[in-house]
Amino acid sequence: MKPRILEITQGVLEKNDRLAQALRTRFKASEVYVINMVSSPGTGKTAFLEATLRMLIAEGHPAAALVGDLETENDAKRLARSGAAVRQILTGGNCHLEAEMIETNLQDWDLNELEYLFIENVGNLVCPASYDLGESLRLVLLSVTEGEDKPLKYPTVFNSAAAAIITKADLAEAVEFDREAALENIESVRPGMVVIETSAKKGQGMEQWLAYLKAQRQKQYPTAKAVVGVK
Amino acid sequence: MHELSIAYNLVEVAEKAAIEAKAIRVQAVYLRLGMLTGIVKDALLFGYDVAVQGTLLEGSQLVVEELPVIVYCAVCKTETILPDIQHFRCSLCNTPTGDIRQGKELELASLEVVDEAPDS
Repeated sequence: MKPRILEITQGVLEKNDRLAQALRTRFKASEVYVINMVSSPGTGKTAFLEATLRMLIAEGHPAAALVGDLETENDAKRLARSGAAVRQILTGGNCHLEAEMIETNLQDWDLNELEYLFIENVGNLVCPASYDLGESLRLVLLSVTEGEDKPLKYPTVFNSAAAAIITKADLAEAVEFDREAALENIESVRPGMVVIETSAKKGQGMEQWLAYLKAQRQKQYPTAKAVVGVK
Repeated sequence: MHELSIAYNLVEVAEKAAIEAKAIRVQAVYLRLGMLTGIVKDALLFGYDVAVQGTLLEGSQLVVEELPVIVYCAVCKTETILPDIQHFRCSLCNTPTGDIRQGKELELASLEVVDEAPDS
């Protein structure tokens, strides 16, 4: 029998995309602003997130975090020191988070009690780029110790993110970080990308980052009130 | 890398479509793959041969159509193909542009199926 051709035209990751869309609808209904953080291992995602959570909570903005790692609960323990609700997602070797893992791990959390939900993806600059997690903002992080050409090596992930955070800026001088080259490379792979230079350790740029974050949430939810009154 | 898990997703989507169309075997799978997906064709082909085992797709061929990145330039009002994905600029006037019109596709385009077992 002659073979026949079936025209399909369907996204290969359609199942993940559908789940992500359902999550996005849920997040929207609760007016929670969701940030998906991606970077290489060792960029300082956890330190950056810990500092961010501390600042938000000190200002009365309820925030929580889901943390993806291949193994160990160390990051969740570190982050819990900020006072935020934190849950570890162990991927058991999987190199990225998928929407289904987010859905499963939200479980009993009441999203209505949150203003911000951070998702710290598995340290990897390749695979997480393909998976929508229903986030409002995808953030790519790059440390000054990694080399200025990282954006050129991983254009896909930089292109899938809305903003870039440069971390460990306090070490820039010691590692002879070529700031101009780094900014130029980011601009080359993602023209107009927002870039914020930070040091979680010294606090540099953190106020600017927080202002950006709050403005983005305000943009998405113009009528949103703070869940807990801002002091 | 995640090509193996992408391959499993592809096989799942393709097999479901084949079953719905009452096909009994899939001979070829046609995939549209944008150059900005970060997915490596060779790794995907390798993963595919693993993922098809025990499915209607076993022994089938994966045919990948690689799609270059196309951007739109607001100055030239033209779509141009990027020669590489490190420089998002209009190929005509060199103006930076992030207006991507093609290159993120990861789509099952079509299937070549048979409706009877080969020995019948």
